Amino acid sequence: MSMYNMEMLCKSIVKGYGEGYAIATYEPINLLSIDTNGVVNDSAHILNGKSVAGKVLVFPNAIGSSVGAYRLYAAKMSGNAPTAVICSKVDIITASACAISNMPLVECAEYDRLMGLCSSSSIYIIVKADATKASISIRMEESEGKESKI
Amino acid sequence: MQLSREEEDALDGKYGEALATAYRILLAIGNAMDADRLIPVRWAHISGVNYNTIGDAGLAFLEEMSEDVVENNLKVRVTSTLNPMGYDPLKGYHDDRFVEKQERIRRAYEAMGIIGSYTCIPYEVLPIPAGGEHVSFAESNAAIYANSILGLVTNKESALSALASALTGKAPYSGLRVEEARSAHTMIDVRHEVKDELDIALLGYYAGKINEPCISFRLGLESLTSRDGIAIIHAKALCSALGTSGSAGMFLINHAGSDDVKHRIEYTARDAKTVKDELSDEDEGDAIVFGSPQLGMNELKMLASMLEGKRFRKRCLLFCARHVYEEARRIGYIDAMEHAGVEVYSDCCSCLTPLISRDDVDSVITNSVKAAYYLKNWNRVGVCLKSMREIVRDECI
Repeated sequence: MSMYNMEMLCKSIVKGYGEGYAIATYEPINLLSIDTNGVVNDSAHILNGKSVAGKVLVFPNAIGSSVGAYRLYAAKMSGNAPTAVICSKVDIITASACAISNMPLVECAEYDRLMGLCSSSSIYIIVKADATKASISIRMEESEGKESKI
Repeated sequence: MQLSREEEDALDGKYGEALATAYRILLAIGNAMDADRLIPVRWAHISGVNYNTIGDAGLAFLEEMSEDVVENNLKVRVTSTLNPMGYDPLKGYHDDRFVEKQERIRRAYEAMGIIGSYTCIPYEVLPIPAGGEHVSFAESNAAIYANSILGLVTNKESALSALASALTGKAPYSGLRVEEARSAHTMIDVRHEVKDELDIALLGYYAGKINEPCISFRLGLESLTSRDGIAIIHAKALCSALGTSGSAGMFLINHAGSDDVKHRIEYTARDAKTVKDELSDEDEGDAIVFGSPQLGMNELKMLASMLEGKRFRKRCLLFCARHVYEEARRIGYIDAMEHAGVEVYSDCCSCLTPLISRDDVDSVITNSVKAAYYLKNWNRVGVCLKSMREIVRDECI
């Protein structure tokens, strides 16, 4: 049930439309750790074992392997990619992964505020990005949502 | 980001889908990093060669790109070289399916005019441009080495952005390509004795986690230098560890101009121990691994001299560049290695190779922090970190 709605303007990096429950983290991700099922396999990461498939992935930026971009692309080809990606500071690895995967990618200046919402409740996000501008619509649900916040 | 008329045409597909994809990648990066234009680069070093990492999706993507490049009578626009693949083709590998797919990746790249160098240390074995030039290096240790040691200019590129730079000869003018960005906001004051390649790699791994583009170090270099400054074995260890844990593409050591430094962090023995405990979870190992990055000639020479009259009492895998292997074979270092029980592999490296798997070993001993990270988190084997000297001391008869 819809409890609260909010919209944030973002910077558009890769255009497109995507929506889903948020899977959110403050920890940068080595995208190499994402497998073709969309599951994070990094025993040192807080999202270890969790799936990003069909979700809106909220993370600060990618770290580590330059090959990570191919992993997000592989998840996309298998139908297990996030529906959209939101970063606090978009990096080269994430930008190039989303560019070849036609995965909407936006940079959110209000990342801390967004994460604050993610930690208090399950949230559903709609990402709209065109060539020059982007916005995210956030719907907070009081009841048990499907995902997830860390 | 402003594109020229010709760049717009390429983006719209006038020269084929591959070049359009390349420009789409550069445009997304340019937008993300507030570039105002694309600038020429002199060399592209491309990662994403190992079938184990890019998988079937990567293979399909590269074959499509490659076919389109060939159909449109295109080639790479600048000298372009490749990172290691998943196995040593001269030694072979038992999994035919893996080899078939790996060879298709190799052919897809080479058909675009990319040189099959299969090395992660282009700075040691390839005639890369001299300092000051813009290049596009995807392999993280090579990008950091280029910026920090050689004075070349590159961002820490992704596999795809380096491929895009290879096909277009260009990169967005942003990030570390802009002079003002090539300074550090954080300085790490090293209050702990850094005496070998493992110590400095632990420091690099710690520094990467700060997650900034450029990091400054203040440390005593007495035990780390050669005639020409920081010895290459230590520089490689620092670059590869820094590239593994974070997004930094550059470091400064004992840099005089520290006006931009806003944060100072003390790095103590306790910090070093925390990092080591994170990566090194075993006291022992079933096999020894040397490499990532691939070893160069001076490291082979050092190891050969340490191994004189000794022999490893367990399996030891060593990864070096092909060019280094051939030279070392001539000089006699490879014979010395083999005599000591070392298996020497080229064209591949320890990171994400199928040559080291849980099926064969439960744990490995290595002096590479980068190898430790990937073997532990990816290959899921236990890791014992020791310096090269400690490994030879403890594991030889």
